[in-house]
Amino acid sequence: MPSRPARCCVRMCGDSDATIDETCAPPDRSSLTLVQSGSYTILIVQGAYGPTGMSQPQTIIDKLWSSHEIVRRHDGESLLWVDRHYVHEGSFHAFAKLDQRGAKVAEPGLTFGVADHYVPTRGSRYDIANSEIARMVRQVESNTKKHDIRLFGLDDPRQGIVHVVGPEQGLSLPGLLIVCGDSHTSTHGALGAYAFGIGASEVAHVLMTQTIWQKKPQRMRITVTGKTAPGISAKDIVLSIISQIGADGATGCAVEFAGSAIRALSMEGRLTLCNMSIEAGARCGLIAPDAAAFAYVKGRPYAPAGAEFDRAVEVWSKLASDENAEFDREVSLDGGQIAPIVTWGISPQDALPIDASAPDPAREPNTERAKYLRDALDYMGIAPGKRLTDIAVDRVFIGSCTNARIEDLRAAAAVLAGRTSKVPGLVSAGSSLVKRQAEQEGLDRIFRDAGLEWGESGCSMCVGINGDLVAPGERCASTTNRNFRGRQGPGARTHLMSPAMVAAAAVAGHLADVRKLLGSRTV
Amino acid sequence: MEKFTTLTGPACPINQSNVNTDQILPARYLKWTRGMGLGKVLFHDLRFRAAEDENPDFPLNKPAWRDAKILVAARNFGCGSSREAAVYALCDYGIRCVIAPSFGDIFAGNAVQNGLLTAAVTDDEAAEIIVLLTQMPTLHVRVDLEHQDIVCGDRTYRFTVDPVRRARLLNGWDDIDLTESYRAQIAAFRVKDREERAWATPAAGG
Repeated sequence: MPSRPARCCVRMCGDSDATIDETCAPPDRSSLTLVQSGSYTILIVQGAYGPTGMSQPQTIIDKLWSSHEIVRRHDGESLLWVDRHYVHEGSFHAFAKLDQRGAKVAEPGLTFGVADHYVPTRGSRYDIANSEIARMVRQVESNTKKHDIRLFGLDDPRQGIVHVVGPEQGLSLPGLLIVCGDSHTSTHGALGAYAFGIGASEVAHVLMTQTIWQKKPQRMRITVTGKTAPGISAKDIVLSIISQIGADGATGCAVEFAGSAIRALSMEGRLTLCNMSIEAGARCGLIAPDAAAFAYVKGRPYAPAGAEFDRAVEVWSKLASDENAEFDREVSLDGGQIAPIVTWGISPQDALPIDASAPDPAREPNTERAKYLRDALDYMGIAPGKRLTDIAVDRVFIGSCTNARIEDLRAAAAVLAGRTSKVPGLVSAGSSLVKRQAEQEGLDRIFRDAGLEWGESGCSMCVGINGDLVAPGERCASTTNRNFRGRQGPGARTHLMSPAMVAAAAVAGHLADVRKLLGSRTV
Repeated sequence: MEKFTTLTGPACPINQSNVNTDQILPARYLKWTRGMGLGKVLFHDLRFRAAEDENPDFPLNKPAWRDAKILVAARNFGCGSSREAAVYALCDYGIRCVIAPSFGDIFAGNAVQNGLLTAAVTDDEAAEIIVLLTQMPTLHVRVDLEHQDIVCGDRTYRFTVDPVRRARLLNGWDDIDLTESYRAQIAAFRVKDREERAWATPAAGG
């Protein structure tokens, strides 16, 4: 056990208003840097350190945090370095702030743009009928062009949803700090990155400085033990977690997902899981990178190659939480108990196993909770106590940053093959590359033969701002992430579930247990 | 940024938990620029049954709360989407403070950037304030950020707010100006980091 290093005090003096007053234990002298700037000298302390020194076992959250910490102010806020910043059509407020200040983008080479939120999935992609939507797409083109930012726009074969494109292109890597003005940025944590959504003012701050102020969140570990049953997907795992801990169950926390059921997930499954961390209120969700993550990254266009890749793997291999590292909060679930799950209400926490019945407010002793149940059931148009499998659906949607990767499309197609959907529906691949791969595999034919539309890639019916809407009062079985009131359109009713379960609902015309439709099929 | 010290005015109860930013500002208004008046469409689909057809049951439509400066809600206010325009809509309507037991992380971060105070009280206290306001809708509530208390009739409640956010609101500090003073440290970090983590730079082949 190494002896505890001497504590040192760092103070910045000079004519600046800013002060650092930080007491810490540096791991070694090499992490100390002296910088001369104008009339003052700054001692910078970097590296994996904490108040009690290196001997303390660290979580992956601590390691990622300290490797990006530029300074920590006396009030506890840290200035963190940003490795990747993704922007999209919705980032226009931030670009406007830049223009107001006449500022430039600090690191265009670390900033990447996509057109995803407003892009049409049907009809012409280039001659967009709705002028307001066309303006949004043109705006991200002009903003990125003006600031010399690489854009995956409508004319790019790599275009897609930002949270699909980033990992797919090897832009999102283990060990990185990634931000984007979109709450589902937590997705990229699947690779072992510290990734979180930010607002427009913070987007502007990152554009101008490539840094972000953050207070270190609490560290939470959610362990899913055992082995999940056949037909159980990452979506079932994450909806089970949210239904147990609640929509604010991880607020103020960075979450590490761990345990054998998590390790067993494919990278696609891990991306789905981390994507929905925000639906439990988490600042970010992540999984320690392992051989599966390294294999996923290897050979992707923007990923390190050759000797650089090997060096990176060496670093990435040390990111996993140390044995006996302490978390501020721990939650554990038995993966073997997880059943296919669907939401019945207006928050992702309103989820139940498919063989259950909708809640009955009359049986709820807590009056506040009973009122919530009545309101939610009323909005959803579901009678209290109705069996979930008796709920008829009007349409289905397979898409979004949650569940539109190739594995998701394969799972849905496996259920739909040779069958017909009883309701209309839309399938929108997570990226144009996923779309092309699905077509090469013949999945598009299965969807079309079943009677579903095969659209282009974009955020589409998850958020409805490109015009893909669920009509008022209509009920949609959806692979998306939010069943909020009106999320898929004013008055729309959304049931969240896995791609295989959406396919089952399409075949049955009502919410259905996919396990009964599987037979010899595997998803 | 406008400073926040004290605020006194009508306070509107929204007796719901998990009020998400899709409710605060429906997605179809995200195309709007700030100048288009986002306050008009705050809580649009809860406030209106159809275009121009107000829902008389929604609290903000009650005469006493039309000019509310404060909202009081149940836990997890502002969860969901990161859209900062939800905060713009609240501010443009005239809301400068939301009192609730807890807030969505991203929402709370966006709020401080725009001079909107998120004041946290306990579940029971929020419920109690909501009852008080429902019984006495015309009651003016006073929020004092310096002393971190809320005066509601003859009751006084302590609230919590992150100390860093409190200081920023009290002083009206702007993040970007603050970061400018750390330019030397950022530059030094960048140089050292590029060397130590060369793999973190996107490959040119992309």
